Amino acid sequence: MTQPPAAEPYDVAVIGAGVIGCAIARRFTLNGARVVVLDKAADILDGASKGNSAILHTGFDAPPGSVEAQCIADGYREYLDIHQRLGLPLDKAGALVVAWSEAEEALLPDLIAQAHENGVTDVEPLTGSATRALEPELASTARASFRVPREYLIDPWSAPFAYLLQAVENGADLRRSTEVTGGGFDGAHWRLETTTGPIIAATIINAAGLYGDVVDQRLLGRADFTIKPRKGQFVVYDKPASRLTRHILLPVPNAVTKGIVVCRTVWGNLLVGPTAEEQGDRAHATLVPETLAMLKRRGAEILPALAQEEVTAIYAGLRPATEFKDYQIRAHEGQNYITVGGIRSTGLSSALGTARHVFALWQGQVTPLPNSVWPTVSNLAENAPRPWQSPGHGGIVCHCELATRAEVEGALSGPIPAHTLAGVKRRTRATMGRCQGFYCSAALATLTAGHLIPPLAEPADGQ
Amino acid sequence: MDSDTLVIGAGPAGLSAATELRRLGVAHVTVVDREAEAGGIPRHGGHYPYGLREFRTLMKGPAYARALRDRALAAGVTIRTGITVTALHPGGRISVTSDDGMGQMSAARVLLAMGARETPRATRLIGGVKPGGILSTGALQGLVYLNGQRPFRRPVILGTELVAFSAILTCRHLGITPVAMIEPGARTTARWPTALFPRMLGIPLHLRTDLLSIEGADRVTGVTVQGPDGQTRQIACDGVIVTGGFRPESALLAGGPIAIDPATGGPLIDSTGRCSDPAYFAAGNLLRGIETAGACWDEGRRIGGAIARSLKGQTPHAALSVTTVGEALKYVLPQSVAPDRALSRFQLRVTRPVQGNLVVKLNGREVARHPISARPERRITVPFSVLPKGATGTLTFEIEEPGK
Repeated sequence: MTQPPAAEPYDVAVIGAGVIGCAIARRFTLNGARVVVLDKAADILDGASKGNSAILHTGFDAPPGSVEAQCIADGYREYLDIHQRLGLPLDKAGALVVAWSEAEEALLPDLIAQAHENGVTDVEPLTGSATRALEPELASTARASFRVPREYLIDPWSAPFAYLLQAVENGADLRRSTEVTGGGFDGAHWRLETTTGPIIAATIINAAGLYGDVVDQRLLGRADFTIKPRKGQFVVYDKPASRLTRHILLPVPNAVTKGIVVCRTVWGNLLVGPTAEEQGDRAHATLVPETLAMLKRRGAEILPALAQEEVTAIYAGLRPATEFKDYQIRAHEGQNYITVGGIRSTGLSSALGTARHVFALWQGQVTPLPNSVWPTVSNLAENAPRPWQSPGHGGIVCHCELATRAEVEGALSGPIPAHTLAGVKRRTRATMGRCQGFYCSAALATLTAGHLIPPLAEPADGQ
Repeated sequence: MDSDTLVIGAGPAGLSAATELRRLGVAHVTVVDREAEAGGIPRHGGHYPYGLREFRTLMKGPAYARALRDRALAAGVTIRTGITVTALHPGGRISVTSDDGMGQMSAARVLLAMGARETPRATRLIGGVKPGGILSTGALQGLVYLNGQRPFRRPVILGTELVAFSAILTCRHLGITPVAMIEPGARTTARWPTALFPRMLGIPLHLRTDLLSIEGADRVTGVTVQGPDGQTRQIACDGVIVTGGFRPESALLAGGPIAIDPATGGPLIDSTGRCSDPAYFAAGNLLRGIETAGACWDEGRRIGGAIARSLKGQTPHAALSVTTVGEALKYVLPQSVAPDRALSRFQLRVTRPVQGNLVVKLNGREVARHPISARPERRITVPFSVLPKGATGTLTFEIEEPGK
């Protein structure tokens, strides 16, 4: 399938439709640039952005003065500004950073000081008993904590989808199943060679996540960093478990990882994870039974009642870590090329801020759109009305998650139709519940026939 | 009240209860189901054997489901499909949603008959990746029998409960060729001669073998298994059917007025099927995971009768509580016995293979003892007739194993 080159050169070609690419596409489009977004996968959010802990972080524990800290602070602020207009959820859970040992307890004052340094000044130290008063199900071994009231829960897929949807509805183009195979810069424009034909753009923004170094290598002939994929495995409990905690329960972080988190999700589940496991493979995030069992044990150490609850989903994500601690964002002088790499684990929180940061690095001259369109996305969160609560939803397709026929049909149409089953899941939650498709697979296969690569099932005629 | 009795779930248990209620003269009986068609799971069990007990004829699932529906309609039952119950409230009031939006329904009695589902891959913590082509038997049967679609051609089947053999029959319906059957236990879970069945169909049966991980990208390309010798090896396949491990579809009960038995995962009931909120009754596979359609039908009929009697105020509450002792027994149903013994037998399951005696004690005194050789997921029943008339107090079931 080869598409003709666009009639006019794009101002910007964004490589990668993860949360960062989607936010960049939105920022540049709203600011007046002509944008095309490319992704090698059949649908958006297929890389690092498909598996994270779905938290909107304040950045209280980010390295002070880092690019990451700034991007998180800016991204956090912008999310709060725009989420209602885009129909995106916000669950004001708040977080508790809980110390489970004397050594961890000794680290709390430094972490509180770090939070202040990062501008998060409303943190509140709590004794063990004050902690358990807030979270009665917490294990009695919790020694102390501090509360970060403005750590929130959001929808990790609806958010980037909404960013890209707004970009597309304001004129950006999206080309999926389009891998950049090479390209050249003539001093004014880049000509990208892709698996769906050439693309001409003045500036390249590499937001290729787990393939950031590969894309730089391919287009610039060198990369300033090496992606070291860091796997995070998660277990997700069925909805009744979400009653066990209100706050996001964070451990005391170490240099490598924020550690294993226990928190609700906006969909009403409860998750435990992630692990932090370095690996060479950028494509496969393999689930390991022993590790999943360890996560269950850890979850039950934190919330003992969790031992009685049922795991209904498991997943693993890959974070695009590098040999460096901070984000690797760099405008390559004289080459009309910006690398946005090493967004290791805070991309969901920082994306909108990162997009602003990248726009500020850009040399292009544009005028902001005078009348930008603000689409809204279908709400999947439990703390706001969902489509099943209104007439005309066409009936429930996925009974566990109460995903409606109208939502599934909506996911397959519109400016960014889902091309994969995973894409349908991320847009509607269909099959994401406790039965994992036991009841709705047949209905879903019928509704999605002809839309998905690969299809859920093939027609049986023609052996 | 919208109805005298409202039944949630139009499967064998719900439809048979509704039909019985009408037969006994209850005026307004409504069955709601979230699917577009009544009939429940048998709708996509496109093979034999169904209906022997109920219709005295050998039927395939879809014909059986239609016959149950038609019999209910002929008896004057109102069936409303496409209605999803979203919450249960005390006293027989329920919240629903349909294409018309949200609503409330209420009845003097509500029968819960929502059935069961299989344990999915995630709950079993099976490792590997998540490509397309990993299905429960329920999903497979829906695709094959309802849609005429083929999700894969050479799948591996995990599990050897009865439903796994149903999965084989389903596969054969569309020329799908299972390449292996994997069972962690030392023997098949379902009864002989089914153990011979996969071999007869040319499907290698791997006992004492664990499914460690699933490989693939867009689609399943293989699985890694570990056999009794501790060695791991790959089996090339393009799908995985994760069968069995049935559990009550009881999520609707969470946080509601109905007490749940952690052992069954379903509601606590007395011998009339009555729940902790006496406006609610429960029947069928919601009670315990899985029994055959015929057993659910029979249970629905009996509990339908009890509901009709309760509407006339004729069913005093339970005076005998029933429980298991020790880890070998997984559960006992019903969890209490009322003077109305609509259900005629206790149903039990074991947690592991056991060999010994099943001992029944009333208030600590032995009232019955039966030799038992049982394995998980196999049916164990004890007739209520072991109970002395008018027994009160506590009845316990335990397993005595010689040498343990």
